Amino acid sequence: MDKYFEMIRIRFLMMLAYRTNYYTGILIYSINIGAYYFLWSAIYGSKEHIVGLSMTQMTTYVAVSWMARAFYFNNLDREMAVEIMDGRVAIELIRPYNYLGMKTMQGLGEGVFRLFFFSAPGLIIVYFIFPIQFTWDPSVWGLFAISILLSFLINTELNLLTGITTFFLYNNSGLIRAKRVVIDLFSGLLLPISFFPGWAQEVMKFLPFQGISYFPSMIVTKGFSHHQALEAILQQFVWVILLFLPIQLLWYFAKKQLIIQGG
Amino acid sequence: MENVMEVKDLRKEFKAYSSRTGLKGAFRDLLTRNYKVIPAVNDINFSVRKGEMVGYIGENGAGKSTTIKMLTGILTPTSGSIIVNGMNPHKEREKFVQTIGVVFGQRSQLWWDIAVQESFRLLKKVYKVSDADYNNHMGHVIRTLDIEPLLDKPVRKLSLGQRMRCELAAALIHNPPLLFLDEPTIGLDVLVKLKIRDFLKEINEKYQTTILLTTHDLSDIEALCERVILLDEGSVIYDGALKNLQEKWSEGKELKFQFLEKVDITAVKVLTSELPVKWELEEKEQVFTATVEDSGELISQVIAKVVAAYKIKDIKINETSTEEIIRNIYEKGAV
Repeated sequence: MDKYFEMIRIRFLMMLAYRTNYYTGILIYSINIGAYYFLWSAIYGSKEHIVGLSMTQMTTYVAVSWMARAFYFNNLDREMAVEIMDGRVAIELIRPYNYLGMKTMQGLGEGVFRLFFFSAPGLIIVYFIFPIQFTWDPSVWGLFAISILLSFLINTELNLLTGITTFFLYNNSGLIRAKRVVIDLFSGLLLPISFFPGWAQEVMKFLPFQGISYFPSMIVTKGFSHHQALEAILQQFVWVILLFLPIQLLWYFAKKQLIIQGG
Repeated sequence: MENVMEVKDLRKEFKAYSSRTGLKGAFRDLLTRNYKVIPAVNDINFSVRKGEMVGYIGENGAGKSTTIKMLTGILTPTSGSIIVNGMNPHKEREKFVQTIGVVFGQRSQLWWDIAVQESFRLLKKVYKVSDADYNNHMGHVIRTLDIEPLLDKPVRKLSLGQRMRCELAAALIHNPPLLFLDEPTIGLDVLVKLKIRDFLKEINEKYQTTILLTTHDLSDIEALCERVILLDEGSVIYDGALKNLQEKWSEGKELKFQFLEKVDITAVKVLTSELPVKWELEEKEQVFTATVEDSGELISQVIAKVVAAYKIKDIKINETSTEEIIRNIYEKGAV
């Protein structure tokens, strides 16, 4: 396990190696939250509630989902694609560790870094500018913590799946981009799932995406009852396990048909 | 001595896709594609004993890198068997790679954005090297390769030669009994090359490290390897001592003369007419080249006759270089 923790540390160092990226990151997240805040206040107009969410809840929802995104979001699929396309994956395979496990750990290192040095300061800035209401109930934050850890796992698993397809497709940048849009839309980042038409909500129940952003954000904004929150976490957990299987299967075939590109 | 590497009927095939011509062809390619199965490595056999330094040479695209990638467990062979360090590299990859070190000259295994020592630290954890072993072994490696002052610099700021020395050190962190070097001296200057060669010789003697080396720089092979394996179009065409190859293929010696005064080539030919000598004249530089068999007696006679007749500016005696030998073999495609 030691080596996997060391990898988290290395990822920290790599994030710190480029300071400008770090500062602009905070800025971009704040701007995003601001943009969505103004968009939603125009939509709400004089209405108190839309689909059971008040304007303050909505603002909090937007702020929390963007900050949670900083934690679960990573570019592992693109990194894998680049490593496979230029053949650097060869180097990864001569080391005594599990490639996918190590990638997950890199993603986690990046996520933890962003959570503490990106989300937390960003959230403080946002808290003073926009009308956001946080609960101080520790059990809610406890459930949130479990929930975003599971969101991270679901999102990372989807990224690994997309990344592995590079072994078969050699160039899958289209797929990566499509996956990103699908996740932003269906995970409830842009629009809470409860705003979708009824039939779409039904379909979503059978997809893993709402476990990425909608569940944790609803838990913090108290859009979910305690019981609903537990159910949501259970559902996330099931998806983490279900997505594990196709990854193992694809990885098995990927290794067989691996070609190191570029000598 | 035990064998550390056994390769039997090893084969790797790739599918090579070809595009059809024209717009119509491009549309047809969307549905079905033409491909040919090309064997990159074609049923090769060899074994390597512990402590050997073997040069694995061949033209570009002969299948060297593909073989190395199969031997290190990166690629799955199409057929055939490989046993390295008593394991099947591909099947037991994670356990197996613990026992080998690899340097790919064209790729870096250090992390680009962080200091060299951070990469070392991570690799130390990855290979589960104890502090005592690390200090003892790596202290020596770092001193010999002279990379102490580079340790706190990020890799992207190192020159190629500096980086290569760090790469070599990184591959040796766990002091592996078997080392694969895929073009480790590519693009390096003479001094760095010499340093790396000396270092490789040293670890080979000290730890009995087995080394498999591919390179296009035959002087590396001459300096390090007693044995070479020659590969051509995926097949082994020679496997044996480098010395035998040189003896068998060397085409005698060349004596190069330059004279002070102007000399006619026919006059020189007449002078040595009773000896088995072939003369050639390079017009521009006025260099007269005599090709003779490699016998001390004959060479002395030729020189004696020429020197007696003309005033000499310069004489050189050249052996057929390994490079020429290998070039001849590549051209003929067989030994």
